[in-house]
Amino acid sequence: MSVGIPLDQIAIQTVNGIVNGMILALVASGLTLIFGIMDVVNFAHGDLVMLGGFTGASTLALTGNFWLALLVAALTIAVLGAALQASTLRPLLGRDPLTTILATFGMSLVLQKYAIWQWGPSARSLKEPITGQFTLFYLQYPWYRVATAVLAAAIIGGLYAFLKYGRYGIWIRATTQDRIMAQAMGIPVPIVHTVVFAIGASMAAASGVLFGPLGGVTQNMGADFTLRAFIVVVVGGMGNLGGSIMASIFISLLEAYASLVVSPAQAVIVSFMALILTLLFRPTGLFVPTPK
Amino acid sequence: MTRGSSTGYWIGFTVVLAALAAAPLVLPPFWQRFATEILVWGLLAMSSDILIGYTGMVSFGHSAFFGLGMYGAAAALLSVKPPNLWLAMLYGLVGAAIVAVFVAYFATRLRDIYFSITTLVFSQIFYVIIFTWTEVTGGENGLTFSQPLLSIPGIFSTRFTIETLHWFILGVVTCSYLLLRRITQSPFGRVLQAIRENEPRTRAIGYHVERYKMVAVMLSGLFAGAAGVLYAIQNKFAAPDFVFFLISGETVIFNVMGGAGTLVGPVAGAAFFLLLREGVSRFFTEYYLIPVGIIFTLMVIFVPQGLLGFLRRRLDQ
Repeated sequence: MSVGIPLDQIAIQTVNGIVNGMILALVASGLTLIFGIMDVVNFAHGDLVMLGGFTGASTLALTGNFWLALLVAALTIAVLGAALQASTLRPLLGRDPLTTILATFGMSLVLQKYAIWQWGPSARSLKEPITGQFTLFYLQYPWYRVATAVLAAAIIGGLYAFLKYGRYGIWIRATTQDRIMAQAMGIPVPIVHTVVFAIGASMAAASGVLFGPLGGVTQNMGADFTLRAFIVVVVGGMGNLGGSIMASIFISLLEAYASLVVSPAQAVIVSFMALILTLLFRPTGLFVPTPK
Repeated sequence: MTRGSSTGYWIGFTVVLAALAAAPLVLPPFWQRFATEILVWGLLAMSSDILIGYTGMVSFGHSAFFGLGMYGAAAALLSVKPPNLWLAMLYGLVGAAIVAVFVAYFATRLRDIYFSITTLVFSQIFYVIIFTWTEVTGGENGLTFSQPLLSIPGIFSTRFTIETLHWFILGVVTCSYLLLRRITQSPFGRVLQAIRENEPRTRAIGYHVERYKMVAVMLSGLFAGAAGVLYAIQNKFAAPDFVFFLISGETVIFNVMGGAGTLVGPVAGAAFFLLLREGVSRFFTEYYLIPVGIIFTLMVIFVPQGLLGFLRRRLDQ
């Protein structure tokens, strides 16, 4: 497929793919966390990304500090996530997981329209905090993109460490393994659920802010992110954190390479194809051990 | 028809049918169109009820079937002169059937939410294809065409009026309803309900569950395609917006609001949703989805059976 495409272009697309993949991984790991622990398919996840981006844009316009905007957006959306979980998902605990799709879909409609109402229909762009560039073949490649990937990796790494060693992390993992037993051991399962949803929401918000300088913040980016995150999560194996990170990078690389040949709008089809092939040959996910 | 068929049910059926048939004669012009539109969306909602209510598979991809029905009808109306109503129906159904075979083959390998996500992704595949393939589909602008004549070959042929269009659509929807009702009450339909109640046990008894699911998806897709054709004929255009997954989402909303698993419920749900949208958009203009979304979410939590859920037993007689 690389016939006629110079090697340096492929190298640049590789870097692009990894950077986009890390942002997607940040979105997808929040989604995976929520699914793995609560059996909730969060249809509104992309909308939390979008709301995070807008909150970040507003804070940046107010304070002029990008990192403060990132923090404010993550915290605000975490609180919003906790409120949404407590009000709409907690009453559904113990019902068919399909009802949670419906509830979060309703949530998504409301959040999307709320964003248009609050911030208007025009797109916002965030000014990048790091303006330096380095030479990558014939291109001046912005350091900000690299920093984004590193920061996304750091946040995911922090989540992993928290789940592994933190007190709440251990509660969360116990709840994943056996909800009823965890409850019997005195773990406040409803609160754990709310906290998990808040963490997932704040990760989504963080990726919205990080993505802001790269692609801008628009009202309809939510559906796009939700869809991509779903693809990644299925390709990676549902509820598997490592798998969804690998799948994020894999899918983003595929799309980056495909966009060398076709238009970016059509490059999406490549990730759809990856999903179909995964479903055909490895329905449990590409990046998980073969089930016995 | 079937054992225990109650006269009460058929009296209700006749009354509702008569009321719907009389609607264009008594309503003002705006509401005439509105009533016809409710029927079209009602058919789409009914088609997905086979999956949501009867087989327990929530499809988030019905916009693909609906949209391909629309574009199939558009293909017939634009390529064949003079435009022929029945050819449009045929092309639309073929279009929807092709998509349905595709979706049925892949998506039925998965269960529950995985099925939902896969159907959603499939509908987006078709959306992207239609949106970007401008030479054939008209891209973002879609296709416009003229309305075919209402005709029975060799007998008569006349232009559609608001009333005859309504009656034609009512006829198609009623036939579809009776057909779907027959299907859900047939042994095949009972197996689907067995799958909904307990899939492993149905498999253990010896039914080839995947095959049943595939047929269910294909049937559902065909009826959704028919709804797409009707919508195309009513509105004289096909647009990519109708392939976008928002339409699938609305289809699910119709089912949940009206009561999945009743066939009539989703139609009532469609009517309720459209009326609600009409009502609140007078106060909230384009933000109507905020109150509608809140009402929908509240209904998921507090009225999971839907508006007509309490009639479930009676409607299945």
